[in-house]
Amino acid sequence: MSHPVKVFLVDDHALFRAGVKAELAGLDDDRIEVAGEAGSVGEAVVRISSNPPDVVLLDVHMPDGGGRAVLEQVHRSLPEVVFLALSVSDAAEDVIAVIRAGARGYVTKTISGRELADAVVRVAGGDAVFSPRLAGFVLDAFSDRNGPAVLADPELDMLSPREREVLKLLARGYAYKEIASQLFISIKTVETHVSSVLRKTQKSNRYELSRWATDRRLV
Amino acid sequence: MARPGQPVPPPAVPVPPGHLTHPPAVRRADLYPPTAPIPAIPAPVPPAGSAPPDARTAAAPWRPAPAGGNTAGSAGVIDDATARAARAAEPGRSAVPAAEPVIIAAPADPAAEPADPGPPAAIGPERTPPPGLGHVTPDGLPKLARRRDGSILGGVAGGIADHLHVPVLWVRATFALLAMMAGAGVVAYALLWIFVPQQAPSGGHAGADHVAATSPLERRQALGIAAVGVALLIVATALGFGQLLGWVLGPLGLAAIGGAFIWREADDARRARWRRTAAGIVGPSKASLWRLIGGCTLVIGGLSVFAVGQLDFMAVRSALIAVLLTLVGVAIITIPWWLRLVRDLGDERRGRVQERERAEIAAHLHDSVLQTLALIQRQAGDSREVQRLARSQERQLRTWLYGPAGYASAGDKPAPPSSTLAASLGEVAGEVEDTYAISVTPVIVGDVPMNQHLAALVAAAREAMVNAAKHAGVQEVSVYAEVEDGTASVFVRDRGSGFDPSDVGADRRGLVDSIRGRMERHGGSATVRSHPGEGTEVELTVSVTSAADGARWTAEQARQAAQDGESVSPDRTVQAHAEMKGASS
Repeated sequence: MSHPVKVFLVDDHALFRAGVKAELAGLDDDRIEVAGEAGSVGEAVVRISSNPPDVVLLDVHMPDGGGRAVLEQVHRSLPEVVFLALSVSDAAEDVIAVIRAGARGYVTKTISGRELADAVVRVAGGDAVFSPRLAGFVLDAFSDRNGPAVLADPELDMLSPREREVLKLLARGYAYKEIASQLFISIKTVETHVSSVLRKTQKSNRYELSRWATDRRLV
Repeated sequence: MARPGQPVPPPAVPVPPGHLTHPPAVRRADLYPPTAPIPAIPAPVPPAGSAPPDARTAAAPWRPAPAGGNTAGSAGVIDDATARAARAAEPGRSAVPAAEPVIIAAPADPAAEPADPGPPAAIGPERTPPPGLGHVTPDGLPKLARRRDGSILGGVAGGIADHLHVPVLWVRATFALLAMMAGAGVVAYALLWIFVPQQAPSGGHAGADHVAATSPLERRQALGIAAVGVALLIVATALGFGQLLGWVLGPLGLAAIGGAFIWREADDARRARWRRTAAGIVGPSKASLWRLIGGCTLVIGGLSVFAVGQLDFMAVRSALIAVLLTLVGVAIITIPWWLRLVRDLGDERRGRVQERERAEIAAHLHDSVLQTLALIQRQAGDSREVQRLARSQERQLRTWLYGPAGYASAGDKPAPPSSTLAASLGEVAGEVEDTYAISVTPVIVGDVPMNQHLAALVAAAREAMVNAAKHAGVQEVSVYAEVEDGTASVFVRDRGSGFDPSDVGADRRGLVDSIRGRMERHGGSATVRSHPGEGTEVELTVSVTSAADGARWTAEQARQAAQDGESVSPDRTVQAHAEMKGASS
């Protein structure tokens, strides 16, 4: 990568933004640089639009609609800006909602600085980033536990066996490299599978996904 | 009340003999000039302490009644004439109209602070409750209560006058006029007499000294008005006028009764607000003006239709139309009240729900988060302990916010602890987190009710987590569990030091017995993958369907099995089955 990935932080807690900034700066990672930050939905929309970064680290829970509102206002006009959700939320509704709004991945705030930097670089490169938890949510959503789902579009509404395997390994905490060696496939193939799963998660009309995406609990 | 060092109305006030039996009343009578509680005076009265001496003497009602002297004007009788005379005699009084019958926004009664020597101008137009009346609505009006003193018949008119700050004469006249209308005034008076409580005897603003103090003049006046009222009633009845008005008064009376019920149900704050809205009805806004005109037109229209009906001898039909129009008119005039009422109801309900939620959240936060924060502050030096507390608290809070184990179960009803695989695993992970101060993050896909085999699975998983915590030397252990195709699998993975499974000595009972042995006894399997330096993963599987015939395990049994998993022998399992079957049949 020729130039460092420009990262923009959106979080309503100034303390948290400062922490992430310090952590990313402390890594001495020349792959990324923090280009800006915003503390509210409105501020984020204005700043991202005026000076588009490469990756936006987006908090899910914020006043005025949260990360989803930012995504909805910016994603359409600036499709090249990649969003990575960064949240403490454990609710499938929240996570799936931002993913379906266009985020390329979801990581929890307990992630280490090194892992966060890796995740940022990966989403900037066009990959999807699945935390074990997100993988679990997606597996859950695509499972046929409550009887076979009504498949309007089998291509979108079902995971292939390989994708399922990859997701399970993700949920077990495997890194891409480990998944690749476990399944005897290349890392590139793993990335393809994950991106495919992400696309299905975003586009599928499976009942669980749309329910999660609409029934946002307000806690 | 009387602060030291401040001028107090003369301590040597001559006390009428009748007062001696009621020392508190005497004291009040001293401090509060008799004019003070007269609500008919909407304008400020200078405080006793600040009034110039000559003014004080000039203000007749100010002066305590001389013993035995019961003449009007000097005896402190609650009497409009007296009050007006008193006001006229006071300095600075001319700025205020002598008689202000409108129910204005309750000006202050300065007599409430009789010992305050502040200048009269500083006593603002807000009226503090007249002392002695005790019960006062939030906007300063005394509560409706029949007068104990100064009553001619039942004290009703006086009470209303006090309540509304209008001269008692007006009230009486209104009653008399109402009496003309099919006796409505008489009925209203009787009903009020029955239902309105009398003033409390003690602490009454004038106490006992006015019981016999009704002036002959006022008595004559009141009785005269009553006689006129009765006469009007008789005349109106004789002329058939009362019946005519009765058609209108019927619906109006119904509306009034309905309003009275609403008024009664409302609390004080709301009444005060309604009074303000009432002012808005006749206020300057164009809409309200039109509404008033429209309502009045309809009422008049109702009456006219009735009149026309009289001529056409179609009394019944036109009477119905009249009633209808009158009701519509009344409804239009009172629209703001109704709107306010509906809004109030909604607001109140919403407020109550919010309040309950808030209380629940507050209680939870207090019991959990605040307690933990206090503990953390006390143990700030011990970073391991702080971490442990913080993790444990985070887990609890997540469980509370997002469901039993904080995973895919979100949105469903929270399962009781230990009744499902997800809940049990979450609980076990929490225990390990607490005990070994590491982070255990379980991800669980799917869920099944617990049974003895799954309890063994959970116990084995716990052992695997404990092993990882003890030997791997890492801060984080990932746990993934899934229930799929009739099989429950748990993966416990760390990225720690790892080991060579073939090197494990026979003395490592943890791995051999607690994990592999236990799984095999329950028809499951345990696989350990580990390489030195690459971490360890323990895979545990057990069939769910094989246990489907067994009844659900209770939480107690599950916990017991998790604690002493070794003792869950096949014998005991059979026994448990037998017990459950016996219980179910």
